[in-house]
Amino acid sequence: MSDPASALGGARFDGLAAIEELAPRGMITLRGDLGMTALQGAATAATGAAFPARRAIAWKGDRALGWMSPDEILVMVPYDAAGDAAAAITRKLHETHHLAVDVSDARSVFRLSGGVAAREVLAKLCPVDLSADAFGPGQLRRTRAAQVPVAFWMRDAETFELICFRSVARYVFDLLSVAAAPGGAVGYFGHGA
Amino acid sequence: MLILECPNCGVMAEEAELVPGGEAHLKRFGPESSDADFEGYLFQRENPRGVHFERWRHAHGCGKWFHAARCTQTLEVFATYPAQTTAPPQDIRDAISAKRPGWTWREIR
Ligand SMILES: [Zn+2]
Repeated sequence: MSDPASALGGARFDGLAAIEELAPRGMITLRGDLGMTALQGAATAATGAAFPARRAIAWKGDRALGWMSPDEILVMVPYDAAGDAAAAITRKLHETHHLAVDVSDARSVFRLSGGVAAREVLAKLCPVDLSADAFGPGQLRRTRAAQVPVAFWMRDAETFELICFRSVARYVFDLLSVAAAPGGAVGYFGHGA
Repeated sequence: MLILECPNCGVMAEEAELVPGGEAHLKRFGPESSDADFEGYLFQRENPRGVHFERWRHAHGCGKWFHAARCTQTLEVFATYPAQTTAPPQDIRDAISAKRPGWTWREIR
């Protein structure tokens, strides 16, 4: 089996916040009636994570379930586990109207670390209230970063993860890097700029 | 900047996350309708100064459609409500009446 390669080979930029492209991650798009017990059961069985409420993301170790829309859940697992996990979901839901597709290779993942500086980098690019009062760990937000769609969440109080389409990985990395360029601090969230 | 609350995901979405979908509650006239009805469906649109009803899509978000009731003159947003309605809900009409007595929109008041 060939080794999966990320779009940018693990690119990294250190500025106001640290921007890193992460290794490929297993992602499954699961669509259907999110109120159905069978669908919830298949999703939680794939991850061990609790089924997420609206706009939430729930983790269990390196696996997660993220709420993407009223009929879509993002299932995250290790890259090598995605194929089997998607097949298992399909097997469990064979009598239920649903869609479960391994979309791992369609996505790129970035990590932004640096606490309030990371908040500020994202706030420069996304029309989202990124103050600590409004956004924190456990939430998932789909929005746009400049010209392209993204989604992000926090792994802890200091660190964001952001996903985008792999085809725009370079664009997003460059965006984040420019927004994190030294000398570009705004200090909006009160970290002595 | 127009800010609408998406009723599908609950986000207070800035206009940059949204895509406009034109006038709300159009009734489709298709094959075997009269020429006048078909023309109205295709081309005749309200362009009010004041109360208006529109379709919007939370394109850079949950991806879902919804409706908005707002004032084109002041940009005041009266309410947003689900896409799965064929007319503005009564409670929203009442809320608009409280603020804009005597308003009309198409045959609705
Ligand atoms: Zn939405």
